[in-house]
This record gives sequence, structure tokens and C-alpha cells, in this order.
Amino acid sequence: MAVSTSPVRTVAPAKPTSGRARRRQHGQGRTGLLMVAPAGVLLVLFFVVPVALGFALSFTNARLISPKPLEFVGLDNFARLLDDPVFWTSLRNTLLFAAVIVPAQSGFALLLALLMNVKMRGTNLFRTLYFIPVVTSIVVVSILWRFMYQPDGLVNSVLHWMTGNVVRIDWLNDTSTALPAIMFMSVWQAVGFHMVIWLAGLQTIPAELYEAAEIDGAGRWHQFRYITWPGLRSTRTFILVTITIAALSLFTQIHVMTGGGPLDATSTVVFQAVRVGYQQQQTAYASAISLVFFLLVLAISLIQRRLTRERNA
Amino acid sequence: MRISIKRAFGCALGLAVVVTAAACGSESAGGSSGEGLTLWTHNAGNPQELAVVEQIAADWNAAHPDKKVTVRAFPQAAYNEAVVSAATAKKLPCILDTDAPTVPNWAYAGYLAPLEIPGDVLTKQLPSTVGKYQDKTYSVGYYEAALGLFARKSALTAAGARIPTLEKPWTAAEFDQVLAKVKAGGKFPITFDLGTGDTGTEWWTYGYSPFLQSFGGDLIDRTGYKSAAGVLNGDKALAWATWMQGLVKKGYSPQKSSADAFADFVNGKSAMVWSGIWNSGSLSKVDDGLVLPPPDFGNGPKIGGGSWQWAVSSSCPDKATAMEYLRTSLTAKTMAAFAEKQNVIPASEEAAALVPGWQPGGPKRFFLDESKELAVVRPPTPGYPYLTTTFAKATQDIVAGGDPKQVLDRAVADIDRDLKSNDYYGF
Repeated sequence: MAVSTSPVRTVAPAKPTSGRARRRQHGQGRTGLLMVAPAGVLLVLFFVVPVALGFALSFTNARLISPKPLEFVGLDNFARLLDDPVFWTSLRNTLLFAAVIVPAQSGFALLLALLMNVKMRGTNLFRTLYFIPVVTSIVVVSILWRFMYQPDGLVNSVLHWMTGNVVRIDWLNDTSTALPAIMFMSVWQAVGFHMVIWLAGLQTIPAELYEAAEIDGAGRWHQFRYITWPGLRSTRTFILVTITIAALSLFTQIHVMTGGGPLDATSTVVFQAVRVGYQQQQTAYASAISLVFFLLVLAISLIQRRLTRERNA
Repeated sequence: MRISIKRAFGCALGLAVVVTAAACGSESAGGSSGEGLTLWTHNAGNPQELAVVEQIAADWNAAHPDKKVTVRAFPQAAYNEAVVSAATAKKLPCILDTDAPTVPNWAYAGYLAPLEIPGDVLTKQLPSTVGKYQDKTYSVGYYEAALGLFARKSALTAAGARIPTLEKPWTAAEFDQVLAKVKAGGKFPITFDLGTGDTGTEWWTYGYSPFLQSFGGDLIDRTGYKSAAGVLNGDKALAWATWMQGLVKKGYSPQKSSADAFADFVNGKSAMVWSGIWNSGSLSKVDDGLVLPPPDFGNGPKIGGGSWQWAVSSSCPDKATAMEYLRTSLTAKTMAAFAEKQNVIPASEEAAALVPGWQPGGPKRFFLDESKELAVVRPPTPGYPYLTTTFAKATQDIVAGGDPKQVLDRAVADIDRDLKSNDYYGF
């Protein structure tokens, strides 16, 4: 419950002057507590408890189905993790995915947002078009792209038609093309969402600044460099953090399109945790993977925060 | 005013808690209350099969109005999760169906009660329709499934191949020749489709481990169920892995088949396809379609055994009635009803005699004889879920071009570590 009380305290006045005020503050505190309770209870029940359980379980030999009592096994699961080639491949794939997706998706989204931000007829149509993949279920999108990536699918047909050559790429069954194919499809699916956020950021920049810049004779590039880019500072941080976290937790596309294959070329940390935890019933080992994943995301987020803060100062 | 608001809040919260608790309490705990027994089945997505299950329950209810059975159907994909969650919450139904290879796992976990069904009833059954774990019977099925090598007769005769029979299946060398000649004929883009488009784990084990067993390997050493070393990474297993990989490398089978390999076969894209009895209904769409036994790779031809079977939960308060329900429903008539409504093998000779096509010499008879002679049940050990996922991944890696020795050694190391960390699952 410590979680739910803290926001109440920060809202309350710092130093009550009289007993009456204190009583009133106390009353407010209780009402506040009650108001927070529904969300707080849910948060504790479905977030804090599972996370704590996951941490605790990773030091045991818990499994999904077993009549045996739980045993504390210390760091066994983590030792196994260090020795698990699938984990290292998954980690490498996950980091590679994030390293490509974060700049590619945010950059492309910004480009689209800049294009959308001009006052022209038909922009609403394009905004809708780019946003459609975002509101479509990722499972549906994944299934469609799986068909499109088939050797005789749409992607290969278009390539044939464009290049006239006879090269056939079995996109999802080739270790060298499977992950890039999923990266491309993921950018296509999610770019609309970040485009809308960039767009919102762009529209908070006052038009007078651009007018003033134009009078000063600033060109397009200088306007972007000295007005748009600084004006998008907080949007940038938000987009950076959300894309990074989304990219690191890549799962659905893998689950639907490749199942981690071929030869683990598309296995990710979250996919491995789900596979190990549910299909293989190794709750404890999956918890250990999740714990490492949590620390990884935490570390990356902290580094990002630090970097963006320094630049802000 | 403030106080009354607070009271109202408190009351609402309290009420919510009470209502939730009451709602939880009213869920029929243990699958049985005064009204009767609950039955869970996996076939919500299969109306024909569900209709038979419901008919059995309706017949029972008419005869036993005081101990009614309520049927609840789940989609197959969500079924196992539903059972595991229900077991964790101690809310298993009295009667439930289970996929044969999971029976030992659930028996070991204490979900299932040993069946008390007279031996003379069980001996009439096809052996692979009775689920056993450590000498006790835990499940029994109304039907069985079987694998088959579906082929176009014209493709085989054009290649000069002999039509194999159960008595005289193809040898490995013969099959290799057939593959080479059919491919050389150039009439079919796919020579022999393994059906690798199925991303589900179980098909990989059910479909391809019989080949491994035919080569002389296995998923686990069945003498003690304590190790996979030697059987899953020995010379015979390596020969199997090399053969599987060769099918793809030599261009006989696609690395990843389309989602419905049988449709490709029907549409003339492939000359042969590795599939099962569930597709035999569409075989008539092929003018010269045949179903053949698998080749003998040295240790005799093999197919997978074990389909959906029925069990009684250990938490059932009225096990006697649940057993009675299963026992009385195991009649030739009900088994015949299943076999009539869909493409499954009736689980006893008596039942086969009742369904057109299943009598000796009948057009469907092949599957019953094949199942009797060739079926190998998947290893009946509680460690099966780990075995099957590990084996399926290893097979996927082999088909995708991984080094057979490396992949199989890794699989054996993983399986042996799992067995050891579980104290060999009571073996």
C-alpha cells in the first residue's frame, strides 16, 4: 500500500498550521486513500505482486506442473542462463532489433510527421492511412505479412516485377533475412503511432517562430535545425523511451511469424521466456530470464534518461 | 456530507468484495455440487465431435436424473491452459478429456485419479487408446488417429515404383529411389511434402518422431526413462537427422510447407504428403489418391499413437459416478458414433464392425490395421512436455539446416538436465 499513499502525501500541504487544518488534512488523506484504492489495489495485485513473485521464483526450482515442493536453488538458474546459447542468441537478436528499430522507426515517423504537418488538402486521408496499421491487431498484421513473405508471396512478386530478375528469397526461412524482414514489417506497423506523437509535438511549436525565421531569411534546414528540433525536445525523449521499450519486448511478431526460427535467428529474450515458461513449464528459469530482461531494460532506460537530461541542462 | 460519502465508498468497496467472494464461492468447487458432475472437453471448435460428446451426456442424464453431467466445451488451443489453471485453483471438473501424451504429466502432478474400469473392458480397446502411467490406467479413448503417406498412384507408377503394403512396406533404399525418380519426372513441384508448415509443437513430435523410431532411435531411453543419451544422439538418430535434412537439401520437401500441405497435395502441387487420417476425407478429391504405410528405415515402419482420451480428476468428490459414466459410455455404439461423424479410428473391433468401411477389407480398414501394428505411443513420462518441446525445436533446427550432431547433442544435454533436476520424474 506504500505505493498508493505516496502520491496523496505529496499533494497534501506540507505543514498544517492549526489542529483543525491537520484534522482536515487527515480527512483528505483518507478520502484520497480511498480514491486511490481501486487503482492501487489493482496495481499491487497485478503488478507489484507478480513482479515480486517473479524475482523470488527465479531463485527457486519452481515449475508450472509438479507435485514437488518448491526448493531454493540459489543462482542455479542464472548459471544455466550464462551457459545457454539460445539465451545469448536471443539477447543479441533483441539488442540488434532495438538498435535498428529505434533510429529507423523514430526517424521515419518524424519524416512522415513533417510531411503531414503542411497545410494541404488530403493530409487527413494520409494521416488515417498511415495510422491504420497501428489500430489493426498485431496478430492479424503478422499473419498477413507471413503470407506476403512466402516464397511465392506478394513481396517476392513485387521484387520480381520491379527487378525483372529471378532471385527468390525465402524471407522468413533464411537465417540472414528473417530478422530484417521482421524489422521492416514492425516499422511499417508501428510508425503511424509515433508519427502522430511527433505531429502533436510539431503542432505545439508556435507558428510565429517560423514566420520570424522566414523574415530573418532562414532556409528550410535552418528552420528545422534551430526551431523544430529544439521544440521537439520533450517529444523526443518520450518517443525514444517508448520505442526502446517496445523494441526490446518484441514477441508477437516472432510468435506468429517464425516461432524463433530458423536456427534461433529470430528468437528474442521475451519469446524465449514465454517458450521456456509455458511450453516447457520451467517457471523458475523463465523468471530468471525475465529478471535479467527487467534489469536490461532498466539499465537502458536509466542510461537514456541520463543522456537526455545532460543534453537538456 | 463528507462522512456519508466515505461511508458510501466503504460500503461500495465492502460490497464489491463480498459480491466477488460470493461469485467465487458459487463456482461449482471441485466440479461437482448437489446438481451433478461437470465434464470438460477440448472440442468446442469441432461441432461433429462435440455433438457425440453431448449425446453421450444426454443419454446418461436421461438415465440418471439425480446425477446429471454438464458438458463444457473449450477451444482446443486454450484447453490445456484452462485445465492447468483450474487445477492450480483446485477447480478441476470431475471428467475431462486429455491429449494422450500429457496424461502422465497430469497424473504425476496429481490432477488425475487412476481409473477403476474392469480389465475386460480395457482389453477390447486398441492398446494406444489406453493411457497408462507407472502400471496404472489414467485415461481411455473412444477413438484413435493414425499417420499415413498419401500419394498419387499415377506418380508412383510413372516412376516405376512398387505400391507398398502393411505387410511389405518400402525399404529406406526403395523410398530413396522413389523420391529420386518422382522428382526426376518433373511433374510435381514438391516430391514429398513433410508438412513442416505447422508451427504447433505437437505435430513435429507426433509426425516426425516415428521416423526416428523407425531408424532405431527414440526421444528417451525407455528402459528407465532416465536419459536420452545414445537414443536421441546416437548413430541411428544421426542417420535420421541427416535423412530429414536431406529431404529438404535434395529439394524433395520444402523447408517450410504451406499452412495446408494436404491442400497442395489435392491441388496437384505435390506427389506425396506425410499427413494423417484427419485428412483422409479429402483423399477422394484426388482421382488416384492412395494412403500408404511409412517406409521401414531398419527398425520397422512406425506411426505415432495416442489421441484424445478421457480421465477423472483426483479432486472429484464423486469419483465412483464419474468412473461409472466413463465405463458405461465405452460402448461399441458410442465409438461407432465418433467414427461415423469424423475421420477417426474406432477404438475397438466391436465398434469397427458397426461402421461402414471399417470392417476387415473395408476402404478405411487400413488405418485400424496400421494403428494396431505400427503405433508407438509417445514416451509415457511426466517429463513429456519438456521432451516434446525440445525434440520439436531440434527437428525444426535440423530441417532449417543446423548441424545434426550439434543440434541433437544439445537436445540430449537439455533433456538430461531437465530429467535430473526433476529427480527423473519419479522413475
